Amino acid sequence: MLSRAKEIASSLMLGELVKGMVLTGRYLFSRKVTVMYPEEKTPLSPRFRGLHALRRYPNGEERCIACKLCEAVCPALAITIESEQRDDGTRRTTRYDVDLIKCIFCGFCEESCPVDSIVETPILEYHGEQRGDLLYTKPLLLAIGDKYEERLASDRAEDARYR
Amino acid sequence: MNEIAGQLQGYANQYFGPQWGPQVYTFGRSLAMIVAVLVPILLTVLYYQLVERWVIGWMQVRKGPNRVGYKGILQPVADAIKLLMKEQMIPAGASKALFLIAPVVSVAPALAAWSIIPFAPGWVISNADAAILAMLAMTSMGIYGVIIAGWASNSKYAFLGAMRAAAQMVSYEIAMGFAIVGALMAGQSMNLTQIVARQDTGVGFVSWFWLPLFPLFIVHYIAGLAETNRHPFDVAEGESEIVAGFHVEYSGMMFAVFFLAEYANMILISTVSSLVFLGGWLSPFAFAAIRDAGAAISWLAAPSILWLLAKIAFLMFAFLWVRATFPRYRYDQIMRLGWKVFIPLTLVWIVVVAVFMMEPLAHLPVVRIWFGS
Repeated sequence: MLSRAKEIASSLMLGELVKGMVLTGRYLFSRKVTVMYPEEKTPLSPRFRGLHALRRYPNGEERCIACKLCEAVCPALAITIESEQRDDGTRRTTRYDVDLIKCIFCGFCEESCPVDSIVETPILEYHGEQRGDLLYTKPLLLAIGDKYEERLASDRAEDARYR
Repeated sequence: MNEIAGQLQGYANQYFGPQWGPQVYTFGRSLAMIVAVLVPILLTVLYYQLVERWVIGWMQVRKGPNRVGYKGILQPVADAIKLLMKEQMIPAGASKALFLIAPVVSVAPALAAWSIIPFAPGWVISNADAAILAMLAMTSMGIYGVIIAGWASNSKYAFLGAMRAAAQMVSYEIAMGFAIVGALMAGQSMNLTQIVARQDTGVGFVSWFWLPLFPLFIVHYIAGLAETNRHPFDVAEGESEIVAGFHVEYSGMMFAVFFLAEYANMILISTVSSLVFLGGWLSPFAFAAIRDAGAAISWLAAPSILWLLAKIAFLMFAFLWVRATFPRYRYDQIMRLGWKVFIPLTLVWIVVVAVFMMEPLAHLPVVRIWFGS
């Protein structure tokens, strides 16, 4: 009986509500955690899975040997590969398409690659302005690989001890 | 001030003759007063909306809008331009005339109610003796806008939202009305200027009606939240059930007009609350000792419109504070709170006030402050 009366009294005095408002009132003055995006960016892990790239060996030879493991493992069927024997007898791709509209950025292609050729870069700010813009072809992928090779190599070296 | 008015009166008589001159002058004077009240209110609405986003952002440890202009100061301008340039859509099955009239019906009473609000002694468009009645009548009219909007949209969601909003506004109107009844009993007048004047008994903030009428003050404020369909009583809209409620089908400026009405009502309720319960333009430090203590500090005790603005600003801030703090009520809980808690509470307190205003009790030591004379 007494506890019930106490309950009613405290709910009439809005005790809990005041407590809640004091809490939010305190947060009003706390330090804000917003990251002002284009000017500030959050750090990315070396394992970040963004836009794809095809890498080359230091001597300029492309790494991909058209084993098609990535094509086989891709759960979204986003990779299309056609291959041919080159004049020096090695097997090379003639076509390597990544359809970024289908891609789910799972990273399986990178995991499956025996020669570390197809990789996912930390690039996340890209876009397509018309249909087909996000179908990345072999020259495009190689160009991305060439441009970011330094970063790609260092990221992989950093992550190597955990593998 | 009076000299200028007299001069203008002279000009009016000169140009329009003795028959039309005084009428032209009266019309022009009313128009000038309306503009002088409404323009600041519209600007306040514009910036209230920005402050709302800031305050809620800060309470959620975010920064809020800070891109447009210095620290986001031009954000309302950008929003207004966006709304102005948007297409006005009228749904195919809508009742066109009612659809177009609804925003007007909703915003007109919200702005008309300002005609009886005094901002300082004498600073009032119409110093009506039944000011409180007029105010209650005007705020009730807003419901028609909501219902017409929901019905004319020919949309299930809009209609459901309108029904919810109307049921809620009607039931909280009663509690709000009773809370005001308590205040007009204590103030012994329905004229807002006189109610404020009666709260000036020389003991500063203690002499205001919020202390003897504390439950009514709280009920009035919470009913005000429900009346304007604000958090935590905003079931009239709900993203997951009925989208934006009664104004789902409205776009561009017609939506902005509803928005304006909601915010104008919030400011109105804060204003009425500060006038009736928080002593209006009276100073919180209006103690007799400070008032007679010489020019150096007696200005603290002087009544001023700034005190009123500060009180309104605090209550408006509390609207946002409440929104950032509490989860929403369920619909049946809202109805239970309105009918089973607030209405009995206000009724009981009206009786308590009545008893304490009776002859022997009104002269008890503390009670004398409020009900003594």
